[in-house]
Amino acid sequence: MGIESGSQLAVWPMIAVQALTLSRGERVLFRDLSFSAGSGEVLALTGANGAGKTSLLRALAGFLRPDAGTIAFADVEADEARTKHLHWLGHLDGLKGAGRARDELTFQARWFGADADGIAAAIDVLALEPLLDLEVRKLSAGQRRRLAFARLIAVQRPIWLLDEPLSPLDARWRAGLGVLMKAHVDRGGTIIAAVHDPLPLPARTLDIGAGR
Amino acid sequence: MILWRRELSLAWAGGGGPLLACGFFLCLTVLVPLAAGNDPAALRPLAGGIAWVALAVSSILSLERLFERDFEDGTLDLLALGPAPLELTVIAKAKAQWLAVGWPLALTAPVAAITLGLPPSLAPLTFLAALIGGLGFALTGALGAAMALGSKRGGLLIAVVVLPLFIPPVVFGAGALERAANGLSPAPALAFLVAYVLFAGVITPFAGAAAIRNAQG
Repeated sequence: MGIESGSQLAVWPMIAVQALTLSRGERVLFRDLSFSAGSGEVLALTGANGAGKTSLLRALAGFLRPDAGTIAFADVEADEARTKHLHWLGHLDGLKGAGRARDELTFQARWFGADADGIAAAIDVLALEPLLDLEVRKLSAGQRRRLAFARLIAVQRPIWLLDEPLSPLDARWRAGLGVLMKAHVDRGGTIIAAVHDPLPLPARTLDIGAGR
Repeated sequence: MILWRRELSLAWAGGGGPLLACGFFLCLTVLVPLAAGNDPAALRPLAGGIAWVALAVSSILSLERLFERDFEDGTLDLLALGPAPLELTVIAKAKAQWLAVGWPLALTAPVAAITLGLPPSLAPLTFLAALIGGLGFALTGALGAAMALGSKRGGLLIAVVVLPLFIPPVVFGAGALERAANGLSPAPALAFLVAYVLFAGVITPFAGAAAIRNAQG
């Protein structure tokens, strides 16, 4: 499974988080959290269950409104950054269980603007060809994660927000997705990932629970 | 366009929701004469109204599918991060709902209305009015479905939210049939029906998108 480093990404927005306070219901997850992540950087968010890693990712993606603080994408307007320069891979992957893997991948990739070559490249890199005619519900958790990951390969977007991206994968594919993530940051991309286990590539760590 | 095609295919997948809605529509139509007595002379003046009430109720059946499944499986998150504004996504889904469910129901409406005693000559008008009203049902229904996102017993909540909003098209649609049956022009009632659709078309995308964003948080 080789992947070419490819061309540099056209846009490298710096994500800058300033004095962020986030709560869910009555519970404050964290206060005054500040950090930044730039081009070519991997930021691993760690912390205990319920520390707020997923909520932080959802706030970065614009799904959650912070109680206080700011999230800025360098000089790119936040909505534009999120809808043009950001990939999201959460626990829920948006794949329909009754759909064929090929149709699901094609819809997700095309929704983000992929062309046929991009989809073919993603299928090749993630070795999805034998799975494409199966219903998604018949895939294993690891196969399903590879299918969900494919749109990140099919369409180039510089910022990847990943929520425990490797958890359902076997050792071979943990390494494989590690290679793809490394290739992405080598091209100038930014990855922010919520993790429990260390990522198989160099990453800066931010412990979410530590600053509470 | 991609989303619209997908919505149409999802609407017909897994058991054919539109056929279910049409079957439900016809069942309601059959039940009324059984309950109210089968005197054609008594049913005829009510035929248009009964058909429109049945049409409105049948339109609610598949509304829960419109956003709830996408919300539960994470699709709405992906749709929100795509290049199209969420407002357009709401419109695309409502339009697909109209094509997938509204059109088959509009085609069924003349059959139901004639069965209840409406003159067969009014079949084209019944179809046209049901088609226009169906777009209103789809738009208002999409708003209700978005507002019910994430709540327990969302299907019931959609019905409670949406049914009162369906009163105007039912009144205008049934009014058009009644006027035509009495030899009057149905145009004024149809104009009100179109006005309702236009109003819903303006309100639904913005209110629906706001409801979805609220549910995502």
